Amino acid sequence: MDQLNSNVNISFEELEDLIYLMKNVSDYDLSGYTKTSLKRRVQRIMALEKMDYMDLKNAVVNVEGFYNYFIQEITVNVTEMFRDPEFYSLLTTEVFSYLKTFPKIKIWSAGCATGEEVYSLSIVLKENNLTDKSFIYGTDINSQVLETAKKGIYPIKKVKNYTENFNIYNSNEEFSTYYTAMYDAAIINHDLRKNMLFSIHNLATDNVFNEFQLIVCRNVLIYFDLELQKRVFTLFYESLCLFGFLCLGPKETLYNHEVSKKFRVVNKTYNIYQKIK
Amino acid sequence: MLGAAENVILIGGSAGSYDLIIQILKALPAYFTCAIIVVIHRNSKYETQIESSLSSQLEKNIESAQDKGRIKQNWIYFAPPGYHLLIEPNKTFSLDQSEPIQFSRPSIDVTFESVADVYGDKASAFLLSGANQDGSNGIAHVLRNGGQAFVQNPAESKMDVMTKYAISQNENALICDNKKIIQYFSTIN
Ligand SMILES: C[S@@+](CC[C@H](N)C(=O)[O-])C[C@H]1O[C@@H](n2cnc3c(N)ncnc32)[C@H](O)[C@@H]1O
Repeated sequence: MDQLNSNVNISFEELEDLIYLMKNVSDYDLSGYTKTSLKRRVQRIMALEKMDYMDLKNAVVNVEGFYNYFIQEITVNVTEMFRDPEFYSLLTTEVFSYLKTFPKIKIWSAGCATGEEVYSLSIVLKENNLTDKSFIYGTDINSQVLETAKKGIYPIKKVKNYTENFNIYNSNEEFSTYYTAMYDAAIINHDLRKNMLFSIHNLATDNVFNEFQLIVCRNVLIYFDLELQKRVFTLFYESLCLFGFLCLGPKETLYNHEVSKKFRVVNKTYNIYQKIK
Repeated sequence: MLGAAENVILIGGSAGSYDLIIQILKALPAYFTCAIIVVIHRNSKYETQIESSLSSQLEKNIESAQDKGRIKQNWIYFAPPGYHLLIEPNKTFSLDQSEPIQFSRPSIDVTFESVADVYGDKASAFLLSGANQDGSNGIAHVLRNGGQAFVQNPAESKMDVMTKYAISQNENALICDNKKIIQYFSTIN
């Protein structure tokens, strides 16, 4: 894997052609993705499949279902449970402490990948005794990762890292009480899967589908250019109730955008915002 | 755009490169029109705030590269730990958390290649001490795109794996003693 990327190279013009082609043969509009990251992902597919640029174009147009595979491979799906443990502590102290008086807490995890973020949220809700009045929607553009998310089964070798993260977030509980270990798998407990739904939603092209008290969209917007970010922030703004919260990744900020005027900063390091008008 | 850097100087280093990087930054003139981008390997779990402490200590514009941020003259940017640092065709930064390359994220190769793609012969690269093989492909890419590439003399590298490997793979890279490297940076404009 290591050397894969360096052997194949396409130009930015060729990338634009490919984006145009994808738009024509499928519903996928990649024009708002950051070009350099996308280019590297495309080169990676070419190396994996031992394709040159013409082969790739040919496959996108002529091989049935190839564009779905293409989307699966160009998206970066890395995630962890309790990624940035301090963020999850802040959810309790800054966000749920406020939302707990609301009759219902609807949460949208946008770009949830394989679901670790959703189950982490579910654990935090449970610890705050909020499970029964909350509902989490996990969405992603990639149908394959959503299948894993629905299963809620993760390789046991990843659990060591998740446990370390969890212990930073909460050193009083045992992370192992939240899953059952079976052979080399960790199966998330059933009571944590209540009140959640995973489904496909494309932030680049789909629209508002519900009203939320909390939207978590972490480590997704770094892959979007400012124009697509603007679309997504408008979508989030319109999907949030007044005084609802928006949580972004550590490197993702609202400051480059007009819409930031309608939010207040709750935490600058972890980019937690609250809609105030 | 006002203040946008037309030239970029890259510095890549791993184990054993930190002291030399400090000496380089100390040697810089008060004002320079290029941008300097530094990629060093460090653990993302222990995010050390070297940018802010160096910035106040050296009284220079030093920051961790910001996603979507412009690349400006007279600035020194560090790649944030845990991310690959990429350059967009419109000369802004973007961050990416795809797989580590050569076990590294940030990867020196990835940033060097990306800068070379966008800046071509307006990019120069320095590769310093390190204990792995990162950087060599990046050096090759910078050279292929018309830029200049310098590798620290392995005899002076605290860890010479990285510099030796890069030299073995890139016969057109120039081998430099520390003194020459520092002198180079003291005279940039
Ligand atoms: C790096 S993962 C982030 C996972 C999780 N939120 C976290 O922070 O750990 C980014 C996810 O965004 C998804 N994504 C990319 N483009 C998208 C789009 N247009 N709409 C929805 N999701 C998208 C990818 O498929 C991927 O699963």
